[in-house]
Amino acid sequence: MLLIPCPNCGSRDETEFHYGGQAHVAYPENPAGLNDREWAEYLFYRDNTKGAFAERWLHSTGCRQWFNMLRDTVTYDIQAVYPMGTPRPATAKTNATDAGTASTAADSTTTGNAAPSTSSTSITASSTTAPEGATK
Amino acid sequence: MSNQQLPEHPDFLWRNPEPKSSYDAVIVGGGGHGLATAYFLAKNHGMTNIAVLEKGWLAGGNMARNTTIIRSNYLWDESAAIYEHALKLWEILPEELEYDFLFSQRGVMNLAHTLGDVRESIRRVGANKLNGVDAEWLDPQQVKELCPILNINDNIRYPVMGATYQPRAGIAKHDHVAWAFARKCDELGVDIIQNCEVTGFVKDGNRVVGVKTNQGTINTEKVGLCAAGHSSVLAEMAGFRLPIQSHPLQALVSELHEPVHPTVVMSNHVHVYVSQAHKGELVMGAGVDSYNGYGQRGSFHVIEHQMAAAVELFPIFARAHVLRTWGGIVDTTLDASPIVGTTPVENMFVNCGWGTGGFKGTPAAGLTFAHTIATGTPHKLNKPFALERFETGALIDEHGAAAVAH
Repeated sequence: MLLIPCPNCGSRDETEFHYGGQAHVAYPENPAGLNDREWAEYLFYRDNTKGAFAERWLHSTGCRQWFNMLRDTVTYDIQAVYPMGTPRPATAKTNATDAGTASTAADSTTTGNAAPSTSSTSITASSTTAPEGATK
Repeated sequence: MSNQQLPEHPDFLWRNPEPKSSYDAVIVGGGGHGLATAYFLAKNHGMTNIAVLEKGWLAGGNMARNTTIIRSNYLWDESAAIYEHALKLWEILPEELEYDFLFSQRGVMNLAHTLGDVRESIRRVGANKLNGVDAEWLDPQQVKELCPILNINDNIRYPVMGATYQPRAGIAKHDHVAWAFARKCDELGVDIIQNCEVTGFVKDGNRVVGVKTNQGTINTEKVGLCAAGHSSVLAEMAGFRLPIQSHPLQALVSELHEPVHPTVVMSNHVHVYVSQAHKGELVMGAGVDSYNGYGQRGSFHVIEHQMAAAVELFPIFARAHVLRTWGGIVDTTLDASPIVGTTPVENMFVNCGWGTGGFKGTPAAGLTFAHTIATGTPHKLNKPFALERFETGALIDEHGAAAVAH
């Protein structure tokens, strides 16, 4: 059981949350211009990182807000929690190549008004680090 | 219930050779699928100068962690064809491999708990019959007759409203399956190299020409990836992406009990599947954890949910004790169907995406993947399972078809 530090409610059991998969997958800027290969990439291809992975979570039985989390997919350690729409925070073990498909301005959320409306001016100030021992 | 004893076990079933400097083909992954692929490459295509590279010990990944259920009652034509072919191979393999892995065709029951389940199940029975797959619809009383320990009262949270039944389905001893393939591979001249982790690939332009490992570089003309949950990691090394996500999948066993469970019972709705192993353990599988993970362990609440369902369906399990729980890493696709075919890299082939149900597919995966590697083109059974389907949209949506709990 993961103990997940919700940025609004504090640490809560994993069972209160809903997983949203890879973060920073932007909706195509020009959907009509995509070919089949590019649509396949957007619809079906996601990073499947072994190591530090930026992913989305929804605190569905708490504040009902989406947020991003940086988690190690091998140790399950939670390394950072940060708002939707802000870039992935730099961590010691992070590989920067993940930014390939990222477009922070157009960060996709499945629920229109559930995402915190963070402006891109408060990027680093609003990213929070997980409290110590915030795993399992 | 089989009362067979396990066969006497020889000291060594295969050699532990040093890797040669080059092979005609290299299979990455020494689990069931990798070994079956090597076996069919050698037997059907005469390719014996090949190696199977395994980063740990032979069949120590998902092959050692699955719940050994074998069935072919899938909804769609493409799935029914490949899984039914696998089931027919399971029926002849003990003789062909000269190794009894106790394939016990005790039947598999898929329970229906809602009106929606009932409709889906009856539809699937019809589809199965049209595809030559044995299938029956059972009412609750017939369910009780076949599996007397099931609670069919209608006052439980998920009452049993009926079940589909495939009599030819069953279970097998998973370790023995791996050993049977490994021994035959070895006899045919295949090198099985354990503790050999792939660290990269050597490419000439877009063509793979070698495999870098912790035991040195091995030149090869063809590479077949059979790495299940780690397929994405290997693909990334080779320079392409796969549309799969790796998740932990958990299972557990009880301590040994007298034979009480004569068949295999699966419930997609409450997500539990139960059989009793030959030795007497109750073997139960859960659903996947929601998050991506490579840790070979999952969250306890998943196990708890599965046990709650199992105890309600099988009241006598309430007094059984859990002996151990474990997790494996499964490679899931969005249509819950495997990917077997060519890749964007020339001479590199991939067999992955079997997700939560790869064990049952082992013989067909090996047969079709070997054909694909040897000839460069897919076998008719795995043609629909190509990577290209995510671009063409010709998905094989077994998720929507609900026969996904394995």
